[in-house]
Amino acid sequence: MSTRLASGGRLTNRSKQIEFSFDGKRLTGFEGDTLASALLANDQMMLGRSFKYHRPRGLVASGSEEPNALVNLGKGDTHEPNQRATTTELFSGLEATSQNHWPNLDMDIGAVNGLFSRFLTAGFYYKMFIHPRPFWKHIYEPFIRQSAGLGKAPKAEARDPDTYEHFYAYVDVLVIGGGVAGLQAAKAAGEAGAKVLLVEQTAHWGGRAVVDGGTIDGMEAEEWVKTTLEALGKMDNVQVRSRTMGAGVYDHGYILCYERVRDHAPLAGGPRHRMWKVRAKQTVTATGAIERPLSFAGNDIPGVMLASAVRDYVVNYGVSVGDRTVVVTNNDDAYRTAIALKKAGMDVPVIVDARQMGGGALMDEAKALGIRVETGRGIAKVKGGKRVTGVTICNQQGEGAMIEEIACDCVAMSGGWSPVVHLWSHCGGKLNWDDAQAMFRPDHDRAPTSHDGKPFVTVAGSANGYLGLKDVLEDADTAGKSVSGSSAMTDAPKAENAEEKPLEPVWLMPQGASYDLRMKAWLDYQNDVKVSDVQLAAREGYESVEHTKRYTTLGMATDQGKLSNINGLATLSNALNEAIPQVGTTTFRPPYTPFSMGAIAGEARGDIFQPIRKTPMHQWHMDNGAEFEPVGHWRRPYCFPKAGESKHDAVMREVRATRDSLGLLDASTLGKIIVKGSDAGKFLDMLYTNMMSTLKPGKCRYGLMCNENGFLSDDGVVARIDEDTFLCHTTTGGADRIHAHMEEWLQTEWWDWKVYTANVTEQYAQVAVVGPNARKVLEKLGGMDVSKEAIAFMEWKDGTLGGYNARVYRISFSGELSYEIAVPANQGRDFWDALLEAGAEFNVTPYGTEALHIMRAEKGFIMIGDETDGTIIPQDLGLHWAISKKKEDYLGKRAQERLHMADPNRWQLVGLETLDGSVLPDGAYAVGEGYNANKQRNTQGRVTSTYYSPTLNKGIAMGIVHNGPNRMGEDIPFMAVDGETIIRAKIVNPVFFDPEGAKQNV
Amino acid sequence: MKRYSAFAIAREALKGHTGWERAWRNAQPKKRYDVIIVGAGGHGLATAYYLGKNFGITNVAVIEKGWLGGGNTGRNTTIIRSNYLQDPSAAIYEKARSLYETMSQDLNFNVMFSPRGVLMLAQTEHEVRGYQRTAHANALQGVTTEFVSPERVKEIVPIINIDGPRYPVLGGLWQARAGTARHDAVAWGYARACSDMGMDIIQKCEVTGVTRENGKVTGVETTKGHIGCDKLGIVVAGHSGQVAELAGFRLPIEAVPLQALVSEPIKPCMDCVVMANTVHGYMSQSDKGEMVIGGGTDGYNGFTQRGSFHHVEETVRALVETFPMISRLKMLRQWGGIVDMTGDRSPILSKTPVEGVFINCGWGTGGFKAIPGSGWGFAELMATGHSPLTADFGLNRFREGRFIDESVAAGVAH
Repeated sequence: MSTRLASGGRLTNRSKQIEFSFDGKRLTGFEGDTLASALLANDQMMLGRSFKYHRPRGLVASGSEEPNALVNLGKGDTHEPNQRATTTELFSGLEATSQNHWPNLDMDIGAVNGLFSRFLTAGFYYKMFIHPRPFWKHIYEPFIRQSAGLGKAPKAEARDPDTYEHFYAYVDVLVIGGGVAGLQAAKAAGEAGAKVLLVEQTAHWGGRAVVDGGTIDGMEAEEWVKTTLEALGKMDNVQVRSRTMGAGVYDHGYILCYERVRDHAPLAGGPRHRMWKVRAKQTVTATGAIERPLSFAGNDIPGVMLASAVRDYVVNYGVSVGDRTVVVTNNDDAYRTAIALKKAGMDVPVIVDARQMGGGALMDEAKALGIRVETGRGIAKVKGGKRVTGVTICNQQGEGAMIEEIACDCVAMSGGWSPVVHLWSHCGGKLNWDDAQAMFRPDHDRAPTSHDGKPFVTVAGSANGYLGLKDVLEDADTAGKSVSGSSAMTDAPKAENAEEKPLEPVWLMPQGASYDLRMKAWLDYQNDVKVSDVQLAAREGYESVEHTKRYTTLGMATDQGKLSNINGLATLSNALNEAIPQVGTTTFRPPYTPFSMGAIAGEARGDIFQPIRKTPMHQWHMDNGAEFEPVGHWRRPYCFPKAGESKHDAVMREVRATRDSLGLLDASTLGKIIVKGSDAGKFLDMLYTNMMSTLKPGKCRYGLMCNENGFLSDDGVVARIDEDTFLCHTTTGGADRIHAHMEEWLQTEWWDWKVYTANVTEQYAQVAVVGPNARKVLEKLGGMDVSKEAIAFMEWKDGTLGGYNARVYRISFSGELSYEIAVPANQGRDFWDALLEAGAEFNVTPYGTEALHIMRAEKGFIMIGDETDGTIIPQDLGLHWAISKKKEDYLGKRAQERLHMADPNRWQLVGLETLDGSVLPDGAYAVGEGYNANKQRNTQGRVTSTYYSPTLNKGIAMGIVHNGPNRMGEDIPFMAVDGETIIRAKIVNPVFFDPEGAKQNV
Repeated sequence: MKRYSAFAIAREALKGHTGWERAWRNAQPKKRYDVIIVGAGGHGLATAYYLGKNFGITNVAVIEKGWLGGGNTGRNTTIIRSNYLQDPSAAIYEKARSLYETMSQDLNFNVMFSPRGVLMLAQTEHEVRGYQRTAHANALQGVTTEFVSPERVKEIVPIINIDGPRYPVLGGLWQARAGTARHDAVAWGYARACSDMGMDIIQKCEVTGVTRENGKVTGVETTKGHIGCDKLGIVVAGHSGQVAELAGFRLPIEAVPLQALVSEPIKPCMDCVVMANTVHGYMSQSDKGEMVIGGGTDGYNGFTQRGSFHHVEETVRALVETFPMISRLKMLRQWGGIVDMTGDRSPILSKTPVEGVFINCGWGTGGFKAIPGSGWGFAELMATGHSPLTADFGLNRFREGRFIDESVAAGVAH
C-alpha cells in the first residue's frame, strides 16, 4: 500500500494538518502536499478511469505531465473539471471527486468497454456504426459521447465567482523554468544588467536537482538554490514569479505566461489567475526534461509509475507509493529511485535493467545497499487489476517467456528522458534527433526567429539535452550571458556530472512481445492507445505521424502526449522501418499545459465585456425608461415607453408627436470626423461619390461613400468649416470603420497628400431638434438667429443658444423642419435639459431609433444597413444625383462601370404598399416565375425595410425590385417565411410623405 | 476493397487485426493520367471521387505536397450548414449538406456526420432583420431554416446566457439539419474510395511547375518527376495563388491565418453548434467532449499556420460571455490554418486562362462544410465544362462585378 513515511518530505510541514475530501471521503494531509501526494499518503492509488476502456487509472507522474490523475475540483459555481492532482496544492476544505465512471470509481459500468478492447482497436468507429443511417445520430453517437468526455461539465447556470486579470511585462530576458538551469540563466543575465523576469510553474524552486542531490559551488543543491534566489531577490532588475507557467511562444517575442495566483488559497482575495503578456527581447526556456514510460504489458495498472515520480513522492512529501517497488529501466537514473527507496527503509526486490551490461556507479551503489539487479531483463507483464500485485520478469531480447514472478505493489519505470522542447517549437524552432541519448533536442541552427531574422529563444539545461548537473549549469550560464550580451569572464557554478553508463533505447519490452502483450502495452494512458494500435495504424496506411496521431488519438489527451509521443513515434518508426527523425514529430502547440478560459477572457466580463459607449445624455435615457438597442459599441434608445405603454405604442406616439409639434433625438453617436489640410477637398472628392471640393464654407452636403468594389458603404452630411477643414458625419456604426478607411488610403496610397483626420465623435453632444415647432423652441432658448434667412436648409452656423456654445446644422433626416445642434460634450446634458424645459409647452418628445427609422422611411431616405448590405451600389437606390459626373475618379467609380454593375436591369429601389395596408414581413422576397438550374425559386426583388406608418396609418416598405422604377403601379407577389403564403404588394414611389418637401423647407 | 462493418471488426479481432488492408494504396506516379488533381485535401479528393463515381473517369492522380487531409481539412472546426443568403451559395452548400447525410454509407467509412443543428444568434436588431431575411431566402432555396425566439434558443442550448448585460439574445436562425462531422474521416474516406477505384493518391509529392503547349496544359513537374495529364484541377487552399502562378495566371486571393482552439474534454453539455457573430465566436462540443471554438481571421496576410494570440483572446472572451459556464474550463490546444480570401468572400470554381486547367479555391473560412458539394460540382465542371452548381463562381465574376457577397449574412463565416 502507499503510505506516509514516519519522517521525510522536504516540502511538507508535518506540524500542520489539512483536511480535504476525495469522493466524499474525509482525508487529511500536510501543508505543502499536492493533492496527489496527500491521496497517496491515504493509500488512494486509483484516481480515475481512462477515456475509452474505462480502465482503472492511478498516478503516473508528479508534475504537469500527469495524464491520469485528473479530478473534478470544487462544486457548484467553482466546479472545475480535469484538474491535475499533481499540480493541485492541497488546501483546507479542498473537495475533489474522481472522473469518468458510473456509478462510482470502483464499480464502473463503462469498464465493460475494456472487455471488448480486442474489438475496440484504434479507429474502430470509422469502420462500424455505418448502418442503419439514423442510428448514428440517435443511438451510437449519444452513447459514445456519454462514454467519452472526462470531467463533469459545469452546470448550465454555473457562474464563476472568481476574477481574472491580465498583466503586461516588457523585459530584456524572460527565463522560463525555475530549476537550477533557469536560476543560473536568470542570475547571469541579471548580473549583466538585463531586465529579467524568471517564472516557475510550481510553487517551488530548484527543479530536479533538489530531489536528486548533488553539489554546486561546494553547497548542497538545495542550499545553492536558496542562495541564488536570495541573490536574485537583491537585484532590482530581476523579478521572479512562482506558480507561473510559460504557456506559449508567439511571433516577435510575444510570450504568454499563466499565473495561478490563488488556486492554492481559494479564500484569499484578488484574482484567481493572471495571464501575463510578456514582450521579451530574448527568452530562455529552461524547462527541463520529462521521463518516459516503458512499453510493457500492464504498464497502465495503478501502481506503475515513472521512477522519478516515485522518488519525488518519497523525497518531497515523505510518501511511499508501495512497500515493495520493482524498478525497471534502460538507464542509470532510475537507480536513484531504488537507492532513495532503500534509504527510506522500503523494499526494492529487484532492479530490472534492460541493458545487458547494466549501469555504472549508481548500479554499484544500489548493489552495495543489497538491492538485486537483473540486467538484460525486462518486464513481460504486470499483474493486478486496480493495483499492481506483481510482475513477471523475462528476457528483454525474447518474446516474453516468464523467468520469474516477483510480488510487488509498485513498479517504478524509466525509459529515458525527453527534453521539454514545446516552447522552443511553438514558433518554429526545429529539432534534431540525438541517437546516443534517444531524444529530440533543439537544433540551434534552426531557432525561432523574430522580425529581424535573429533567434529570440534560447534553450538551456536539460531542456537542451544536457542531463548532467555540471553540463546543465554551464549551458545555463552560457545562455544567460549570451542573451544579455554579457561579457563577464565569470565561471559557471562548479558541479560534477554523475558517472553514468549510456542508455539503451527500449521501445517495446520485451522487444519481441506477442500481440497479446502489445495490446496490453499502453502508450497513451488517458486515451487508451497501445503499441498494437500504432502498429495497426501503420499497417492500414496511416503512415504520416499526423495520420497515426489522428487515427489512434495518440497524444491528443489533456497531457498532449508529454509522456506518450516519443514512445508512440518510435513505435511507428519501427513499424514503418524508418528512422525516428524521418518520421518526425507532430506539431507542438500552445499552451504548454491547459490554461483557464477565465484567464484568457481576463477582466472583460459582464458589464465591461465590451465597455458601453455613452453619450452625455445616456443617464437621462436610463432615468426615463428608455428601451435600448446596441448599435456599434453604443446603446441607443430604441424608444421611451411610458408606464404601461408597449414599445410599439411608444414608437407611434414619438413619430406623431414629432410630426405634429416637436421631437428630440440624441444624435451624439453619429460619427464626426474632421478632415483638414490643403488637400482635404481633393481627398474627399476621391472618398465620396459627390463633389466635395466645391462646397462653400458654411454649407452642408449629403455624401455617399463606396468601397473599391463600388458598393455603398456609408453616408452622411459633410459640412465645410473653412477653406482647409471639413467635418464629415458618418453613421453611428460606421464612424470607426470610416475613419480607419480614410487613414488606410492616406497612409498607403495618398501618403503625400496634405490631409489630416481626427475622429471627434465623442467631443460633441448632438441633438436633433425636429418638428414644426423646432425653430420656436430654439428662439425661446435665445441666442443666435435661427431664422430661415439666417440658416437656410443645408447650411450651418456657429453661435450660442441659451448660453451654450452651439454649432447648428440645418439638415433633416425626417422631412420636418429640423436643426442638428452640436455642443461641447460637457455641455450636452445641460443643453438637453434646457431643450426639454423650453420645449415643455410644445409637448417636446424625445424619440428613439425606431421613430427615426420610420420617419426617414416615410420620406424615402435610405438607411445604411437596411437598404444597403454590401451588395448595393448607389445607382440601385436612385442616388444618381449624388454621383458627380464631373469627377475623373472616386473610390468605386471604375468598379461601377463593370458589365454587371452598369446593367440597367438591376434590382432598384422602390416603395412598396401591400394591397390590404398590412406591414410586409422584414426580409421577404418577391418571387418570380419558375425555378433556376439549382431548383431554387426565382426571385425578382426583396423588402429592405418595412414599418407601420402612424403618419399614413398603413404599412409602408422600401425594397429593391428588378427594373422597379419602371414598374410603378404593378403589384408583385412576396413570399412569407413559411414558403407558401403569398402577400401581394404594389410598387410605388419610395417617398411616401410630403414629396414636395414643404415641411422641411419652412 | 474489404468492406468495413461490425462483422469485419469481429472477424479481425479474432486474428489480431492482421488482415486489415491499407486504407489507400501507397502509389507512385505513372507517366500520365487523364486528370491530375493537385491537393489531397477534402475538396481535391471529393473532386476525384465524383469524377470516378459520376463520370467514370478513374485514370486520375491526386498529388499532395504533404500528407493527405493535412491542410484546412484537418484544421477546421467541422461545422456543416447551408443557411446561406445568396442563391449560388445556398445551392452548393445545401448540395454538400445533403451529400454529408449519406456520406458514411456512400464511402463505407463512418465520417460521423452529426446533424445536431446549427444556431446563429441574433444579438442586435440589425442581426434580427438579417436572419429574418436569410430565413425568407432559405425558404425559396429549399434550405430548411427557422428564426426562433430567445426562449427557444435557451431550450436548444441550455448552457447559453440569453440575457447577458451587454448583448442579450434576441433570437436565432436555426438550421436543425446542419451539424458537424469528423473532419479527418472525410479525407480518409474519400481517399480510400478513390484508391479503390484505381486512382493514385501520391503524397509527399510537390508540384513545382505546370507544363503547357499552345496554351493548353500537358502535365505537371513534381518532386517525383514529370507527370502528364489532359486536365489539371488545382485544389490547394492556402497556396492557390502560388500554384496558379506556376500555371501562369493570377488569382484575386489573399492568404490569411484562421485560428481555432479546443478545451479539455468534458461530459456532454451542448448538443448543437452555436455561432455568435456580434461578439465574434462560435462553439460546439466534439464527440470526444472538447469544446471546439473558433472566431474570425487574423488581420494580416501570412503563411505561418498559427496566428496572433489576441485573436484567441477576443474569441474566448466572447464565448465566456455567451456561455459563462466555460469560464473554469481550460484551453487545451490552439492552432491555425491558412485560408484563401476572395473579394466577395465566396469561392472560385472555374475554368482558367489555361485550357485544361481548372481552379477550386477561395473557400475562405468555410470550406469544410462544402467539401462534397464542391467536389460534385467541380468534377462536373472538369468533366463536362459546365455545372449549375459552379456556374456563378467563375473567375470572370470579378471582372464583371457579379459578386456573390455573403458578408451581409455572416460576420464570422463558418
